[in-house]
Amino acid sequence: MGISIELEVNGASVSKEVEPRLLLAHLLREELGLTGTKIGCDTSQCGSCTILLDGQAVKSCTVLAVQADGGEITTIEGLANGEYHPVQQAFWDNHGLQCGFCTPGMIISCVDLLGTNPQPSEDEIRHGLEGNLCRCTGYHNIVRAVQDAAETMNG
Amino acid sequence: MAGESNGAGVFGSSIRRREDPELITGRAKYTDDLQLPNTAYCTILRSDYAHAKINSIDASEAEALDGVIAVYTASDIADSGVPGGIPVGWLLPDMKIPEHFMLAKDTTRYVGDGVAIVVAEDQYTAHDALDLIYVDYDPRDGIADPKKATESGAPLVHDEAPNNIAFDWEIGDKEMTDAAFANAAHVASLDIVNNRLIPNAMEPRAALADYNNITGELTLYMTTQNPHIHRLLMSLASLGLPEHKIRVIAPEVGGGFGSKIHHYADEAIAAWASMQTGRPVKWTATRTETYLTDAHGRDHVTHAEMAMDENGRFTGLRVDTYAAMGAYLSTFAPAVPTYLYGTLMSGEYDLPAIYCHVYGVFTHTVPVDAYRGAGRPEATFVVERIVDEAARVSGIDPAEIRRRNFVAPDNFPYQTQVALAYDSGNYEGALDKALAEIGYDDFRSEQAAAREQGKYLGIGLSTYIEACGLAPSAVVGSLGAQAGQWESAVVRVHATGKVTVYSGCSGHGQGHETTFAQIVASALGVPYEDIDVIEGDSGVMPHGWGTYGSRSAATGGSAIASAAEKVVDKARTIAAHLLEAAEEDLEFENGNFFVKGSPDQTQSLPDVALQAYLAHNLPKGIEPALEATSFYDPENFVFPFGTHIAVVEVCADTGHVELQRYLAVDDVGNVINPMIVDGQVHGGIAQGVGQSLYETAVYDEGANLLSGTMLDYAVPKAHFLPSFETDRTVTPCPHNPLGVKGVGEAGTIASPAAVVNAVVDALSPFGVAHIDMPVTSEKVWNAINN
Repeated sequence: MGISIELEVNGASVSKEVEPRLLLAHLLREELGLTGTKIGCDTSQCGSCTILLDGQAVKSCTVLAVQADGGEITTIEGLANGEYHPVQQAFWDNHGLQCGFCTPGMIISCVDLLGTNPQPSEDEIRHGLEGNLCRCTGYHNIVRAVQDAAETMNG
Repeated sequence: MAGESNGAGVFGSSIRRREDPELITGRAKYTDDLQLPNTAYCTILRSDYAHAKINSIDASEAEALDGVIAVYTASDIADSGVPGGIPVGWLLPDMKIPEHFMLAKDTTRYVGDGVAIVVAEDQYTAHDALDLIYVDYDPRDGIADPKKATESGAPLVHDEAPNNIAFDWEIGDKEMTDAAFANAAHVASLDIVNNRLIPNAMEPRAALADYNNITGELTLYMTTQNPHIHRLLMSLASLGLPEHKIRVIAPEVGGGFGSKIHHYADEAIAAWASMQTGRPVKWTATRTETYLTDAHGRDHVTHAEMAMDENGRFTGLRVDTYAAMGAYLSTFAPAVPTYLYGTLMSGEYDLPAIYCHVYGVFTHTVPVDAYRGAGRPEATFVVERIVDEAARVSGIDPAEIRRRNFVAPDNFPYQTQVALAYDSGNYEGALDKALAEIGYDDFRSEQAAAREQGKYLGIGLSTYIEACGLAPSAVVGSLGAQAGQWESAVVRVHATGKVTVYSGCSGHGQGHETTFAQIVASALGVPYEDIDVIEGDSGVMPHGWGTYGSRSAATGGSAIASAAEKVVDKARTIAAHLLEAAEEDLEFENGNFFVKGSPDQTQSLPDVALQAYLAHNLPKGIEPALEATSFYDPENFVFPFGTHIAVVEVCADTGHVELQRYLAVDDVGNVINPMIVDGQVHGGIAQGVGQSLYETAVYDEGANLLSGTMLDYAVPKAHFLPSFETDRTVTPCPHNPLGVKGVGEAGTIASPAAVVNAVVDALSPFGVAHIDMPVTSEKVWNAINN
């Protein structure tokens, strides 16, 4: 009863036979060992599982693995390319994380945000991150990190 | 950005966290990320009823499901011979302590109470099987309100606790306080509900238990703030395994805020299931399960009164509180509304008479226990709200009435009427700084002008104090703690001069690896990069009590500083021997020993370390190696304080509250890493603002949790909050070697009162004296229009 899917994950081709109900988040974590993507809720609120699917940020707990068939996926593990992505670097430099659990999804969402709006205002950053919850930072330094990353990426 | 390098200047620098590279790349491993060969997966069936008798459980269909290994109920646990208990670790006089077993035996007492366990080959099957277990329940009435639960005729949670009262506790002097009220010129009076909160650490709780049935050893990876406490309670109360056969490891832990202190049934169940099956067993809570099982916070119903003389000097405070315990007594629950609450009632004020009475009340709800701040946010909310109400009824400005009543800077140590002795403070200093930075005087004229135009601005003060850095062991022991509260550290200098530091604390986002290394770099004068910090593993550390109560810097850091000092002392003895000098003639600077006045001839700490390990030429009576262990027991709590100010605009048409500014001036003593301290303040404020404006756990009349998912419970999002303004005053702690206090909880303790005081201030033209949290648009609109 498995369904064959093929996708590209962090630049590598992946072929899998999966249960129709398998969530993309579980495919990544349990079958591919990419545990950087986190699962923090069961109602698509927290955004810890956010990944890029065909260049767009999606919550991988709300996508079936079979829906990602043929897609191109970037997880937190695939973001750095020899050096940290400017968003990763900015999170480090600005203390944009504490426990780190929301961080992979948050960073991916910030990458997506800056891709669509390279120079967001503070208000646009705060609204742009409404799909990602952080319980540690109060978002203060996350906002600083996004501003810093925007500056680097526009520089 | 400060350099991430050597020695003495490292203490006090905003060094970027060394924890972060693994976290920003997804390399860090949290409990649910770990995989062991042959792992089975465990799920727990939970009661749908707040209160029900279990007539029977039929698991036959579940057991027949392909991939299910076993289904267990309470009788299986009892029959296995383990103690199976979930104990309470803080005892109060005459407290009712009902049995709490790992699964409900014949009665469920809250929605979420565990009823049966499934162990299966994979997690999907383990979840599927839950739907195939049929429980015949006989539902009974439940009750969730802690005050109503004490009324006659209320459904009983436990037969042995009449009126659902778990304990009846008081502190202070009732007679003296009543006399103060009899002679008062003014009295302020408020009914206050401190809303129930759900912690919501972003990482749900999880456990991966690996019982080796050949050696009898259990390795338990789990989401914990205190591995040693879990090891102890697993051994004594739940599993009956000898303590030395249990190793509890906290891998990366994704936040806790108190919720990962407590000893729950679920992790014990995973361990027990591993013992039964002989396989590693993993249990990971869904978010909904965390809502139904993580200990909730707060949930008080309080009446508070302040007596004053004609000059607005406080003469007496009287507080009566009903504090929910939930369905069972959680690990440290009895301490939270008593010794962490009643003892804070003096606030920053020279209060000559205080009386606080608390009922701890069983309700058919998730157990309540320590959540960030634990008792101190509740106390601070009561004190800072009644102080504002006192200002209102006496017609004195809120800043001025505080100033008139502060404990004066020359009045320390200050013995309160509720047991605590404050060691140091300068409350007016923090207030003045905060008022200047917010522009208090200008604000009052802006506020008046805005009101003319139908705009309602408000400003709220919270001049808070907290007692943290838990704690002097003998003191907490005398108050009922079944635990010590000292902390331990090992500082090991290796033969090459590199250093490994071990701490009994267990961080979960606080940046201990960075700050503890900063402490040691400064103490030993070795490069920061040459120091590693290890914690969160009971198999590696001798003992420790973990991370909570803003204790890690004050107790854990002090233990590390003490151990480092012992290392220096031993190194000095060896260095003196090598330099052929008297110990008392040696100086130690930047990691080098030298004879006073002869800085050219040195023995560096790495030189000494090598000699200490070679042991070819040690002074008589000196053992080889260079390391020291410290068990540091603080002589007092630490007392951070400060002034927080919120500025809001309230829309009179819709009731919407906009938090426009939030300023925090905190005094946390000496600061090891300002960037990390600011981050702790930010996060704390966000949780306190969450309580005041957004968050609340809602139970219906039948004690069903209505806010049971993240859809229904408002964890603040980024756009719910403004950027925060932070500043500090520095009054070092006088009794620990680092002069540090604690910072983890300050923001959460101070902020609810600041926000609500601001809203009430904004609504003063409407005669609103109080508004309960969370201050939703609906409540504000009703307050204005009714």
